[in-house]
Amino acid sequence: MNFLSSSWAYIVEWFSYSERILPSLLNGGKITLMVFVLTLVMSLPLGLVISLMRISKIAPLKWFASAYIWILRGTPLLLQLYFVYFGLPNIGITLDGITSAVTAFVLNYAAYFAEIYRAGIESIDRGQYEAGKVLGFSQSQIMRRIIIPQTLSRIIPPITNETITLVKDTALITAISVSELLRAAKGAVNRDMNTTAFLLAALLYLFFTLLLTILFKFTEKRFSRHIRRES
Amino acid sequence: MPILEIRGLKKSFGTAHILKGIDFVTERGQVTAILGPSGSGKSTFIRCLNRLEKLTEGAVYIDGETLCDMQDGKVVYAPEKEAKRICGKTGMVFQNFNLFPHMTVLDNVTAAPIYVQKIATAEAEKTARELLARVGLSDKENFYPSALSGGQQQRVAIARALALRPEILFFDEPTSALDPELTGEVLRVIRDLAAEHMTMMIVTHEIEFALGVADRIIFMDDGYIVEEGTADALINHPQNERTRAFLNRIHR
Repeated sequence: MNFLSSSWAYIVEWFSYSERILPSLLNGGKITLMVFVLTLVMSLPLGLVISLMRISKIAPLKWFASAYIWILRGTPLLLQLYFVYFGLPNIGITLDGITSAVTAFVLNYAAYFAEIYRAGIESIDRGQYEAGKVLGFSQSQIMRRIIIPQTLSRIIPPITNETITLVKDTALITAISVSELLRAAKGAVNRDMNTTAFLLAALLYLFFTLLLTILFKFTEKRFSRHIRRES
Repeated sequence: MPILEIRGLKKSFGTAHILKGIDFVTERGQVTAILGPSGSGKSTFIRCLNRLEKLTEGAVYIDGETLCDMQDGKVVYAPEKEAKRICGKTGMVFQNFNLFPHMTVLDNVTAAPIYVQKIATAEAEKTARELLARVGLSDKENFYPSALSGGQQQRVAIARALALRPEILFFDEPTSALDPELTGEVLRVIRDLAAEHMTMMIVTHEIEFALGVADRIIFMDDGYIVEEGTADALINHPQNERTRAFLNRIHR
């Protein structure tokens, strides 16, 4: 009886403590969410531009895109973040933490998205281009109307993967003193000598990635209507 | 005036000489079947006529207009816009249909009229429905290609090509990717077009079909047209040794 009531008291205290620190975690979560959304809405189109440059027949565009992808994929994201936040001020560009984070993330994720798009575009049968050409479509119409729409159902799974990685990569910006979710949790842990905040942070990340997974599943279905599933 | 005239057509891929000098003329309303062993250059020949391949040498005239000809020993094409307009007089049906899988049957047929010819959607759809009725697929307009059989897909592809009202229609082995029991429905559509005097050039392995539908047949081997004649003459009384050998192999 004594054991039960002490357990109950412990649980009640845990919940009241969690409730106390949750607002600061949610504030951190807002920053995380903002960096996530800004990164996604800018890197998805930038990635498309880079992938089109990468498969372009114009040599300088191709080289630029190849070098871009090589550099951005070939160095650690954390290093790129440091470079933007601590390095750029040396040439007179000083950005605040969140702007630095979004800049580094957009540049980095665009490189990954570019390669996903390229793989998608190159997986489309040559006959599709030929059919477009003999029907009189221009090169850009072929891409816009025929090729890119077909790549959507194929690239959504790898994009989902990258997007979920992005959720977790946002934790890196704690390294440049932006008070996002992980940093808020760490602050609470240090202050209260209690690791509950880490657990809550984990739950918030999980909740967020779960939402994304559901959203992407829905989107994937929407874009694969034309593909007949063998039963 | 011939609808299509080809002079001294040569095509090489690197050191591989696929077409070694083709002269060919066809009149409006004529149906030509192109026979020959695989690797003889039949498909490449067709593909040189709508810019899917660029000629290495020679001249192509479509409906009296110059798509390309020789100037100072080099092939010179009409300016892009002109060339596109001239090629717009041709239509093409592929071996593998190449329907757009993300579009419904109706959208496949209306896409080019709407986006290329800028025809109003309602009008394009009306024409498309007429064409789909003609190929016997009125009930499939809202299906995606993946839900259709190969024969149905190929009939959609024919409707799609017809939607641009081509003067001449090229078929590159239209039944080769089909199960034998599905070739009939496609060949029937082509026969109907022949009856309406559509100018066509058909690369095919269906000897009986060629005999029935073609006004004349050309037999290609090793990059040349080695024999040419009326369907009956070429199939039933071939003069050339290689034609005979080929027909014997096929008939066996």
